[in-house]
Amino acid sequence: MGSAGNGLAIEADNLVKTFKGGILALDGVSFRAERGSVFGLLGPNGAGKTTAVRILTTILQPDRGTAQVLGHDVARDPAGVRGLIGLAAQFAAVDENLTGRENLRMVGQLNHLPRARSTARAGELLEQFDLADAANRPVKTYSGGMRRRLDLAAALVDRPPVLFLDEPTTGLDPFSRVSLWAVIEKLVDDGTTVLLTTQYLEEADRLADRLVVVDRGRVIAEGTAAQLKSELGAGVLHLEMTSGEEAEKGVAALGERLRRPASRLGSVVELSLDEGVGDVLDALRILDAAGLAPFSLSTREPSLDDAFLALTGHSMTEEAT
Amino acid sequence: MTAGTATLSERERRAAVTPLRAVVDTLVIAERDLIALVRIPSTLFFSSVQPIMFVLLFRYVFGGAISVAIPGGYVNYLIPGIFVQAVVFGAVQTSIGLAEDLQKGLVERFRSLPMARSAVLAGRTVADLCRNVFVVLLITGVGYAVGFRVETSFGYYLGAVALLLAFAYAFSWAFAVIGLSAPNSETAQVMSFPVLFPLTFASSAFVPVQSMPGWLQGFATYQPVSQVVWAVRGLMVGGVSDVAGHTWASIAWTAGIVLVFGPLAVHRYRTRT
Repeated sequence: MGSAGNGLAIEADNLVKTFKGGILALDGVSFRAERGSVFGLLGPNGAGKTTAVRILTTILQPDRGTAQVLGHDVARDPAGVRGLIGLAAQFAAVDENLTGRENLRMVGQLNHLPRARSTARAGELLEQFDLADAANRPVKTYSGGMRRRLDLAAALVDRPPVLFLDEPTTGLDPFSRVSLWAVIEKLVDDGTTVLLTTQYLEEADRLADRLVVVDRGRVIAEGTAAQLKSELGAGVLHLEMTSGEEAEKGVAALGERLRRPASRLGSVVELSLDEGVGDVLDALRILDAAGLAPFSLSTREPSLDDAFLALTGHSMTEEAT
Repeated sequence: MTAGTATLSERERRAAVTPLRAVVDTLVIAERDLIALVRIPSTLFFSSVQPIMFVLLFRYVFGGAISVAIPGGYVNYLIPGIFVQAVVFGAVQTSIGLAEDLQKGLVERFRSLPMARSAVLAGRTVADLCRNVFVVLLITGVGYAVGFRVETSFGYYLGAVALLLAFAYAFSWAFAVIGLSAPNSETAQVMSFPVLFPLTFASSAFVPVQSMPGWLQGFATYQPVSQVVWAVRGLMVGGVSDVAGHTWASIAWTAGIVLVFGPLAVHRYRTRT
């Protein structure tokens, strides 16, 4: 049963995948996820996250490189891998014409669970995911949030030791997002290894023990969320000036006195913070000395976009092509 | 660990795909496709009401203008044509269903499960076969209500039905290729009709091929739907010359379609990303 004894749940080594039309989705991606941990793949749309998940779940074959799930090679032993994993893909892959219960039973049967086990497990999961009331209704009557929960339940039918969640909370309302996080945390407590992809730094920070940041098919940063955040600074300071001209002067003054460049967006000056409040005071003193007075001030947590700017020098939204 | 209530070796045993499991997986998928068939009003309409409308249209509206020399008159000419048209039109559901499964990501899920690779296509075509059995029974009943009679024997009728179902099964594979090539279910439907219309209407299903212009007769004579219609008509009511020849031609077309489109569909399914 392979070398599952090395404590690694997932091992991806130099994965390369090119799609028709020469689109390079993965350009040598490597990472390792420990057993019983949550591993995050963080990146914008088109970064290659989904391609990596599809290779690890045996849906796609890589052009080059190897990958193992609990010691089973995805290319040489795909059937072995499929028996160990659960997948909740980016778009809820549930059959609209079947009821919630029928969907889960079907997945159980296709996992080769005995019929009675499939039925029992379907009942358990519907209860657990708060779908018991809708269990016997066709899925086409479900809301988006209910579909997502059913999709996740389908991934858990066979209690897989390794679970892949591709952007599990994209499109969910804040309440559903938080309750999904709680479900994931519970699974990890029970010993499941989770690989999740996300576009949200907050989500990676909340859930992932370790993460890699992926951009244009390459890993551009790796570590814990805390490490990544410390590289990014404590947040971003917004200073609203009275005019674009004033803002221009402010950027010049701050750039001269601080080590970090400030940027201007209309009449707003943005400055990334290294040390929090101390930096805010410094910035205000500098502006005051230059005879400039902002009329409003706010700070925000660093976003993934900030991380991208810091790590790649280009904005995340430029990636949408 | 709790996540592994099943031990890893037990999981490996379950993940191994055996021939028996491939059959079970196929039946699980077929069951799901049949449930969908009953629950979606439009597909139910497509496979039941539509053939009945064609029966009524040709029996009572156009039929009077079409003269044929066949035992029992035009209704006996028509119903065998309706049989073939209904199962051929029904194959569109295969292409729409598969395109939808791809579009909605269900195929992704199936590919990540430890099930037989072949089950998605095999299950879909088996579900089609079940639907066609229903369609054949329905049209037999409706046919009898409007005056159709089997003039040969019950044995010949069963033979004709077997030929029809085999041909329809082959056709499902051809339409599976369309479904697996289309970007979405709407396109799959649009792509299907230019294939369906000439095959069913430029055929011997509703009017004698001799009544068509010369340039069309060649196509209408040799194309598969005409051959199957003649074979089914000859076996059920007689009045068709060289029934054996048409039967063999139907079997040859059926085998040919499966041999070409079966592997093509499997290939499309494997390589579609």
